[in-house]
Parts: sequence; structure tokens; C-alpha cells
Amino acid sequence: MSENTAAPVKPKGKKRLELDPRLAAYKGIWVFVEMERGQVHQVSWELLGEGRKLADILNVELGAVILGGSSDELSAAARSAFTYGADVAYIVADPILTDYRNEPYTKAMTDLVNRYQPEILLLGATTLGRDLAGSVATTLLTGLTADCTELAIDPDNRGLLATRPTFGGSLLCTIQTLNYRPQMATIRPRVMAMPDAVPERSGRVISENLQMQEDDIIAKVLEFIPDEAQEQAQLAYADIIVAGGRGMGKTENFRLIWDLAAVLGAEVGGSRPVTHAGWLPADRQIGQSGKTVRPKLYIAAGISGAIQHRVGMEASDVIIAINNDPNAPIFDFATYGIVGDAVQILPVLTDALRSRLAVNRRAG
Amino acid sequence: MHIVVCIKQVPDSAQIRVHPVTNTIMRQGVPAIINPFDVFAIEEALRLKDRLGGRVTVLTMGPPQAEDALRKAIAYGADDVILLTDRAFAGADTLATSFALAQTIRKIGEEHPVDLVFTGKQTIDGDTAQVGPGIAKRLGLQLLTYVSAIDALDLEERSITVQRRSEGGVQVIRTCLPALITMLEGSNQIRFAGMDDMFRSARLTVPQWNKDRAGIEDVSKIGLKGSPTVVSKIFTPKPRAVKAQRIGADLDASGTANAILDVLSSQHPRLAQELGLITH
Repeated sequence: MSENTAAPVKPKGKKRLELDPRLAAYKGIWVFVEMERGQVHQVSWELLGEGRKLADILNVELGAVILGGSSDELSAAARSAFTYGADVAYIVADPILTDYRNEPYTKAMTDLVNRYQPEILLLGATTLGRDLAGSVATTLLTGLTADCTELAIDPDNRGLLATRPTFGGSLLCTIQTLNYRPQMATIRPRVMAMPDAVPERSGRVISENLQMQEDDIIAKVLEFIPDEAQEQAQLAYADIIVAGGRGMGKTENFRLIWDLAAVLGAEVGGSRPVTHAGWLPADRQIGQSGKTVRPKLYIAAGISGAIQHRVGMEASDVIIAINNDPNAPIFDFATYGIVGDAVQILPVLTDALRSRLAVNRRAG
Repeated sequence: MHIVVCIKQVPDSAQIRVHPVTNTIMRQGVPAIINPFDVFAIEEALRLKDRLGGRVTVLTMGPPQAEDALRKAIAYGADDVILLTDRAFAGADTLATSFALAQTIRKIGEEHPVDLVFTGKQTIDGDTAQVGPGIAKRLGLQLLTYVSAIDALDLEERSITVQRRSEGGVQVIRTCLPALITMLEGSNQIRFAGMDDMFRSARLTVPQWNKDRAGIEDVSKIGLKGSPTVVSKIFTPKPRAVKAQRIGADLDASGTANAILDVLSSQHPRLAQELGLITH
């Protein structure tokens, strides 16, 4: 909803603004550690890994903000946060925070920010993270950049350079929050690499109370229906993905994608035109307006590789692209390229794979 | 009951192209549409009105040509529309946008108190999902994001129960009006425009509000001035130094398929082992 994409680019000289001394006092990088029903979302560890790098550049502490209902779960999460790079854990434990609700979480987070004043606050761009980030930024009246694909520090002014796709993923833009603190950004799951845990790392814990009573909160959670009961694609964390694009020609040809995925034990995804045309459900869309993935193997069949799609999958370890247009942009960043008709090659590939697996199974 | 639906007119981003030489956006000929996610918000508001009565006001902030989006909203069955348009809004980021929209809704509410505000879950051009929560916080509305269904709405009790998507499941949550709902895609299907509404839409003069009409006095909170974020650079991603290694250039489908599997087995042994392509 940002109108920012239409904003004139400010002249370069302007960004060397002297920061208001009140704002210059904001120090440190914080990552919101997202817990839902006792489980930490992996994106939080990915952000601690990235936050560690930024904290080292700025020579400041990395804080992990952990909110929830059970002190035991929060302490366990804090210990993990230290192993992924946090120096300090800011904990608010209160039964009110057991289920995510916007009001008490916004209150807990804004109180912590006002008290301890971090210069940068990062959250995962999950449904929970976006709900919270938008509320916190508006309450604090500061800048928030959504769905960043790259974070860096401006050597001129220590400011955060938050890069994200714009114009529907046709271009990238770098956004800065000038005379406001903290500088906030959300980052999608899988955009940043999972850091290695350092088991012997430890840190300080700072506990605060939630300044709220249950009676103050209007919203009540009546029920939680977990996803196991439903069919939700688990694309973001899949190891192997077979994805189809407009080049598959028609919806019937997606059977070939599903067939190959079944033999590989892979998840199925697609580009935006494909989900818009209804060839795949919307939750299988990969790209800027869909999911970000980084599997070990990504097979792109009939996908041209527009930036909108590219930003969602280019971190894959191995990308095999099949496209009949030799000039398709996907060949600029795939690991292996096959110029040919995916509709012809896929079934043959599925058969060849199936027979090799059968031979190996007999041999094994 | 009075519902305000906030929508945005966006370029159909599926049709945006970047000029290969100048790296600039080619806007010419790209049709402007109602943000597709907002259409679910319009329909849900109209359904509530069908069931419980009341009125639906559709609001957008944008340039004068955004009135096309509002005309469309009238054709679907909205009672009133307002185009918030003023040069002073130019360059607004999400914080400044939520301020302008919240002020306008406050002004609308002076005449007809507002019970519910709807938005789409995000736009397809900005993709931020920040304006809805921003409006809710500024107006002190109960915030319900990613709503897939409204289970109950009791105007006597002023209570509302919804299902909302959260990480790993669906949360059923009950709260009070006034509330702001961001609607999840796929939760309903937009109706066909009725003949009467189409005539109404064609004859309509879209009411335009400038900042003064919306009761906005403090210009430091709108437009570029009211935006904490600035775009410092727009660019195309760097091409990778190494292009894709071509496989099967002179082979038929079967030869190509086997060449793919051979490359995986020889160049990526660990992956090939996990796939079961090679045993040891």
C-alpha cells in the first residue's frame, strides 16, 4: 500500500542529515522472536543471523525480543536466541500473551522500544509479524519497510539501507528511514540464510512486566484450528520444489509437474500468471507477491524468470530451468539451463528418474 | 450500520514492463484496476449490508483518475464514494497514507458514525500490508487482519467474531465494534454489477475531497513531509557473472533428461544421494 514507490528520489546530499540528538541515543539492533504455541518460527533465527552481521558492523548489541505466556518457553527461546547470535534477550512473560493478539503484543513491544531505544527493529514478514509491525510502527510514528530482500548499513550515517522489490517486482528499491527511530523492517522467511548455532554462546536476560490486565483487552481468542487439519502447502521450507510457469501452456499440463514432484518427493509451486489463471492454488505462488523459498533443488519449467519470481527463489542451491525461449531471463541466474519445451521434457525426465531410482533401490 | 471500505487504484502489475535500455518503468498502456485484494473487502462489506442493512462508503486516496475505481465500486453496489485527492498527499509512504485516510474516516464519521472499516490484506503494487493496521491504530479500532470469514456480527451487543489466518492455523477471535478488518483473498467472490447500479455509476459525479475537506490542517503529517521513509535508490538487479550452464543442446528429450540426471549425480553428489539418484 506504500505510495512510496511513486515518491521522488531525494537528492543524495540530503541523507547526510544530522540525526536529532534524542534519536542518536537509540542504539542496538533488535529482532522480534516470533513464538506461536510454544514454537519459535524459524524466520526469527534467520533474522538473528542477519542482525548479528549488522550489529557487528555498527559495533552494537543484538537484542532478541521474546513475548509469550510461559516463562519456561521464553527462557528456552532466549537460550536458543543466544546461540544464534543475540547478546541480550528482552522478555515479557504474561498469560495475556499466550495467544497472539494485536493489542497486548503492540503494547509490550512499544513499551520495550520506548524504554530501551534500539536503532533498528527487525520482524519476520509472517502474518503475525506484519500485523504487529504495522501497529508498532504507527504507534511509534516511525518508518517501516516491508518484505526486504537485502539489509545493509549506510557507511555515511549508520542508517539502515532496506532493499525490496517494487513496481510489482519489476525493479528493486532501497529505502531509508531518516530522522525517525527505530528503523523498522520486515523480512520474509527464507530470505536470509539460517545461521549456525554456537552452543556455547550465552547472553543477558532482561525481564519486563506487561503493563496490562486481561480486562483491558477487548479481543478474546475463542479457538485455534491448527493447519494439520487442513491442506496448506509447506513451500517455504521445502527441500525440493518443482515449479511451473505460463510456458506449461494449459492447466492440464500441470499434471506433468505434479508427476515429477511425486517421484522426487517435492513440493509444487508456480509463478504469478499461473496462480492468477487458477492453474495452481494461490498459496503455491512463489515470488514477491507469493512465497520465498530456498530449496536444495528448484526445477523451473516454463518460467521466464521475471524479477517478481526471481526474488522469491534465486537463493535456491541448484536451479534447473527449462524454457523454450533461449533469451528468457531465467537463464541469467539458473545453475543449469535447458532450451526446450518443458511439456515434452518433463514426462521423459520423470520416467528416466523413476527408472534410475528403481535400479538403485534394487541395488541397495 | 455504516461500513467504510478503503481501496486503492493500482497499475495491473502483471502488465508492467521495464525498458530494457533505460531501466525505467514503462507505464504507457498499463491498465489501472482496483487492487485485486480490495475487491474481497468490497464484497464482504456488501454482504454484511445485504444481511444487516446499513450503508457502504468506499474511500480511496489517489490522483483524479482514481475516480474510475470508485465508479466501479458504485457499480458493485456501494452507496457512497469519496475520492481523497490533493497534491499535498504526493509522495506519502504508509505512515502518511494511514494518517490521511484515518483523518478522512474520522470526518466521514462525524456525519454517519463508522462501525466497520475494511481493506484488502495488501496491495499488489506496494505489497506492504501496513496501511490497514496503521488506520486501526490511529483511530483506536480493533484490528483484525487476514480475515477469511465473519462468523457473527451482533449490532445490539456490538460484537464481532471472525476467523483469521495466523501462522500455523486459523484463529477464531471475538471483539467489539468499531473494528478494522483486512480481508484475505479467496474468502468470497465479487458479485456481478447490477443494471441499476451500472446506470448509477455512469451518471455519478464522484465527490472529491481535498485535505481541507478531510479536516487535515497539519501538512507536516501528510505527503513526502509526513513520511519517515524515503526511496534512496531504484535499480535493476545485477546480472550474475555466470550464466546457466546449458544442458542437452544437441539432444532429444530423452537424452536431455538423462543429461540432467547425470549432471546432478556428478556435480552434486550429496543432493543426488538424498534424491536416491546415486547410492554411495
